[in-house]
Amino acid sequence: MIQLEVLRYNPETDQEPRFQRYEVPFRDDWVVLDALNHVKEELDPTLSYRWSCHMAVCGSCGMMINGEPKLACKAFLRNYPGVIRVEPLRHFPVERDLVTVIDDFVAKLARVKPWLVPKEAPGAGEYRQTPAQLKRYKQFSLCINCMLCYAACPEYGLIPEYLGPAAIALAHRWNRDSRDAGRESRQDEIAAKEGAWECTFVGACSDVCPEHVDPAGAIQQVKIESTIDWYQAHLTPWLKNEK
Amino acid sequence: MSPRPYVRPISAREWVFRHPRYVRYMVREFSCLFIAGWTLLMVWGLKQLADGPAAWAAFLELVKTPASVAFHGVTLAFAAYHSVTWFNLTPKALPLQVGERVVPDWVIAGAHYAAWAALSLIILLWTL
Amino acid sequence: MARSNKPIVWGPFAAGGTLTAFLTPVLVLLMLLQPSGVSYESMHALAAHWAGKMLLAAVIFLSLWSAAHRMRITAYDLGLRADALVAALLYAATLACTGAAIYHLLRI
Repeated sequence: MIQLEVLRYNPETDQEPRFQRYEVPFRDDWVVLDALNHVKEELDPTLSYRWSCHMAVCGSCGMMINGEPKLACKAFLRNYPGVIRVEPLRHFPVERDLVTVIDDFVAKLARVKPWLVPKEAPGAGEYRQTPAQLKRYKQFSLCINCMLCYAACPEYGLIPEYLGPAAIALAHRWNRDSRDAGRESRQDEIAAKEGAWECTFVGACSDVCPEHVDPAGAIQQVKIESTIDWYQAHLTPWLKNEK
Repeated sequence: MSPRPYVRPISAREWVFRHPRYVRYMVREFSCLFIAGWTLLMVWGLKQLADGPAAWAAFLELVKTPASVAFHGVTLAFAAYHSVTWFNLTPKALPLQVGERVVPDWVIAGAHYAAWAALSLIILLWTL
Repeated sequence: MARSNKPIVWGPFAAGGTLTAFLTPVLVLLMLLQPSGVSYESMHALAAHWAGKMLLAAVIFLSLWSAAHRMRITAYDLGLRADALVAALLYAATLACTGAAIYHLLRI
């Protein structure tokens, strides 16, 4: 048996969160999500949390496990000696228990237009893309929107307006897609003050990303591209930039 | 809509100690204090240089004092840490793709280290 | 959202950070091991030449600027929220110190 210390918060009755301990069986192949499911099924049906695929592809079960942002379905009980502290993902308001309010992220994601802005008119046939062109953005396309990076980023914690790692990395993913023509409009978001410029390259986002997207790298690449754009626009405005 | 979401306060000082990676980040950032301080000391040296040979000699004596030696030791450590973190992060900011292959991080960082070593050697040999 | 003018300050920061990464450690080591090895004659010769002046001014400016930019960010990270004020003070100090260095360079 092992112990979980889980943050509880009922907005209808509680002034502030409190911790509740649960004793759950230890199984060698269990993850924290299995332990939470055991709590909900056997001990306390009032515990609320998000989860879905249980295999680290949906991005639903992000939470703080012993202070680190992790997917609950990927955090094995056997790797945690002692009591396991489970809290909602940091830097997001707590809605109830382990459920956070993710509206901010969803809104920011929409702002960067994370979809194909077609380069070619419809009816021109299928897009053709070489493996080399795919390689340019493939890594950044692996994001599962789990928001662990937002929980790890101290700048997002300090500056609520900051677009954040995943949103910028996804903008970059589309900018680097050879089929896309939306870079100019995305620049208005990611090259703004609240965009890439709030990043100070702590790198925590890339550390915790379960899909190895490397949002930190994406953001620095956006900074460099935006800087070149800026100096080009201000020093040689007569040169038109075809991107 | 959430009835009453709870916003957890964030203390600027508290987040630094949440994990070693944030401490390392702060150490990297603090290196700027010593690099700036040392550069300002060198600007003072420029002033002494302009004031003539006697003033320059006095500047060298200042540099040789125990306090200055200690400061230089600490600055060297911080400056080297800045260099190492900078070179290790460069491949993330400037990835190089050749065809379908991405040049490995260690190659880009390694090239920087090699240039760093070469430049340092040249400067040391030229002055010592 | 309007595109930021941050590149004005970030460009020199990135250049200065790269410069100090390559140059500062060996120069500090030099001053630590053998400052007397830097003779008045050789330093004066370097600073007397116009190219030497430009080199020294550029190195000093970029080194101080990148440090100032980092200080600005760190101040914010540690809770000092008056970013515009901190930035103005630090960049102004950088320009002032660079100005002082140029003043003395011109005396050589």
